[in-house]
Amino acid sequence: MHQEILNIVTDSVKQTNQLLKNKAPIEQGENCPLFGSNGYLDSMSLVSLVVSVEEKIEKQFNTPLILADEKAMSQKRSPFATVGTLTTYIEELMREVSHA
Amino acid sequence: MHKPVTLITGTRKGIGKYLAEHYVNKGHIVVGCSRSPIDWKLNHYTHFETDVADENSVRQLFQMIRKNFGRLDNLINNAGIASMNHMALTPLSTVNNILNTNVIGTFLFCREATKLMISKNQGRIVNFTTVATPLKLEGEAIYAASKAAVGSLTEVLARELAPYNITVNAVGPTPIETDLIKSVPKEKMQRLIARQAISRFGTCEDVANVIDFFLNPKSDFITGQNIYLGGV
Ligand SMILES: NC(=O)c1ccc[n+]([C@@H]2O[C@H](COP(=O)([O-])OP(=O)(O)OC[C@H]3O[C@@H](n4cnc5c(N)ncnc54)[C@H](OP(=O)(O)O)[C@@H]3O)[C@@H](O)[C@H]2O)c1
Repeated sequence: MHQEILNIVTDSVKQTNQLLKNKAPIEQGENCPLFGSNGYLDSMSLVSLVVSVEEKIEKQFNTPLILADEKAMSQKRSPFATVGTLTTYIEELMREVSHA
Repeated sequence: MHKPVTLITGTRKGIGKYLAEHYVNKGHIVVGCSRSPIDWKLNHYTHFETDVADENSVRQLFQMIRKNFGRLDNLINNAGIASMNHMALTPLSTVNNILNTNVIGTFLFCREATKLMISKNQGRIVNFTTVATPLKLEGEAIYAASKAAVGSLTEVLARELAPYNITVNAVGPTPIETDLIKSVPKEKMQRLIARQAISRFGTCEDVANVIDFFLNPKSDFITGQNIYLGGV
């Protein structure tokens, strides 16, 4: 599952990069910074990224996820910091959904 | 050209039902919802029994739209409730119900619709306000306040969504003879109508006319506006 989600996040970052002058260095893989102090995304491109990831997850796993949930918005370390943190966060959400 | 997909909340009766028929007649694919089942049928119309304030059911509804239609062109946030009561006699449960349907419901539909619209980089959202707010209608404190919140939401969302070519506007009807105002005493209604620039009841056609304008592709420079009927 990790690899599948990572692929989705990577695809979505590539798609979002088309909107950006300063592109997120997706070749860094899971270390690629996204949002926050060293990030490449502004709030508008973060919205596009979230929309794109949610859409792809829903298509592939048939699970509607809301990435910007209370937990995500209140965590000390934002799940949107890097490709890796976002992938791990989505895995957690998917696990919660499958146990619910 | 594809048929526009139009989502209308609160379509079981009243203005919402009229709008569902109106947009089907204009060639739209219409999706609607209400808490209770409908007793009518329409081609090119799909109904959901969804409470607009229930986040999970709202997400399911949008999941279905994404799956079946792959897009959403227009959202009309018509579902709304009112309650005529002096504030000193208004139970908290009434306050919660009104805020949940009118404010939270409108917000949830805007949020989920936005996600579908952003991926196509276009969209139209129309919210419902009321003349009860500017006319400061006694007995409708929470209703008027809830619609003031909708007005404010409309203005801020217009700015947040402009970069994605999504417009957000509102229509504010005068009294229209639906169940919503059934319990308001006649002479109170007459006094209210007398305060309009044009003193008559509104009609569903009047509302549809304003929404037609907002949905028109040529209205892509019109956003963050609230149009009151009757010259209020
Ligand atoms: N009529 C007027 O004089 C007037 C004036 C100004 C503004 N407005 C606004 O116009 C809109 C429509 O009003 P109307 O006169 O057509 O009212 P109405 O005849 O009472 O109809 C309300 C509709 O909304 C649905 N609804 C209510 N709560 C809902 C919820 N939580 N979730 C989903 N659906 C819900 C109802 O179906 P269910 O009961 O099955 O849920 C019904 O179809 C409202 O926003 C209202 O505030 C009306």
